[in-house]
Amino acid sequence: MEGIDGSGKSTQIDLLTKWLRKQGKPVYFSEWNSSELVKSTTRLGKSEKMFTPTSFSLLQSTDFAHRWENKILPMLKAGVIVLADRYSFTAFARDVARGVDPNWVRELYSFAVMPNLALYFRVPLDVAVKRILSSRAKIKYYEAGMDLGLSDDKKTSFKMFQQLVINQYDKMVDEFGFKVIDGAQSVESQQKEVRSAVQRILEGWEGLVMPLPKGNATPIAQQGGSHD
Amino acid sequence: MTEPKFYGAGFPYKKFKPKDMPGKLIVLEGTDGVGRSTQIQLLRTWLENEGFAVSDTGLKRSPLTQPGLDAAKLGNTLSPLTMSLFYATDFADRLENQIIPALEAGFYVLSDRYFYSTIARDVVRGANPDWARKLYGFALKPDIVFLLKSDVQTLVKRVVTGRGFDHWESGMDIHCADNLYDSFCIYQGALIEQFAALAKEFNFVEVDATRTPLVVHNDLKRKIRSKILAKS
Repeated sequence: MEGIDGSGKSTQIDLLTKWLRKQGKPVYFSEWNSSELVKSTTRLGKSEKMFTPTSFSLLQSTDFAHRWENKILPMLKAGVIVLADRYSFTAFARDVARGVDPNWVRELYSFAVMPNLALYFRVPLDVAVKRILSSRAKIKYYEAGMDLGLSDDKKTSFKMFQQLVINQYDKMVDEFGFKVIDGAQSVESQQKEVRSAVQRILEGWEGLVMPLPKGNATPIAQQGGSHD
Repeated sequence: MTEPKFYGAGFPYKKFKPKDMPGKLIVLEGTDGVGRSTQIQLLRTWLENEGFAVSDTGLKRSPLTQPGLDAAKLGNTLSPLTMSLFYATDFADRLENQIIPALEAGFYVLSDRYFYSTIARDVVRGANPDWARKLYGFALKPDIVFLLKSDVQTLVKRVVTGRGFDHWESGMDIHCADNLYDSFCIYQGALIEQFAALAKEFNFVEVDATRTPLVVHNDLKRKIRSKILAKS
């Protein structure tokens, strides 16, 4: 699941996860930037504003590699559906928006497989920005792309940076065959599209057979972690 | 350095002009225990005596990644892949925040290893050689790279009389053997082979490091005089 901050993808993933689990399907959820291995380094870099576009990109790929080897790949091999809130495409969008070479960053992530389905939640910039600004008290320095020096004003910088990220996502639609979901639609209509796309790729798929959960579905595995 | 050149795309978000880097980047490569740090110290003193400003750097010294890398190396969480990427982060941070600014200020930068060492280690640990090279497309080409060459038996002697056998320097993370000594010999032997290949690919100036430190130093001095100082 890809899209800029405030595109509504987390809501959609949550609904999808519950729907799949209700059917007794094994689901593993993995979130961007959430591995223990580089957590302290990420915190240090962010609080001291030490990152350059290249070191930021490399550290996030380290994080992803750690999750890839320890969580995503073993889960896939075991026959589990992995739902990823952001995947390598996030790096391709953000890091290139920050100015790194597009081919270089693609090469960096070449150890990971192409997903069976990549959904891109496309939402007008204003809608996403409004959601973020109304729901969160403060946008953080790197989230706002303040490191790019686009504007001294955080909100302005955030908007400009998100636009650059959208441009990169749009370029990737054909390159990676994203299934585009119009994020301006209602939550229900989006979820309907998401479910039917997922249904299609799950046709004839067996996977790991799980017992149906009793009562409230409890996650078989869930990886904690900070928000991106 | 007349004009900054990179192995790949470099840093597209930074614009360098020719003559932006009047300094010189001198790299000392070689396996563990080959005497790199001793030679760096000797070169530093010599260059400063000659009137040059000197800055030195080495693997894992980035203030951004050092605490995290040290912690990761204590546990069993670092795989060959995450090790490659974490070390690349260290290298990128030092290159952009230490090495390049020093070169711009006209310093002689002495680098205790560069990214070639990490490529050698990554490939010995099973990384795709092509992937490992492309990872460093942002790396600046040094003015000169010396490869301090030794053989496993000489390395063993240095380790035995020095700091002893180390888990990582012996490649114990990839289980070359069931004990540190055998593992060290196998692992360092594989590294030496990798360095021999890298030397051809990246035009290293090879130096026999089995000789005494002073003889090696005089050799390095002579080569720096003719290949670097004479041209500036």
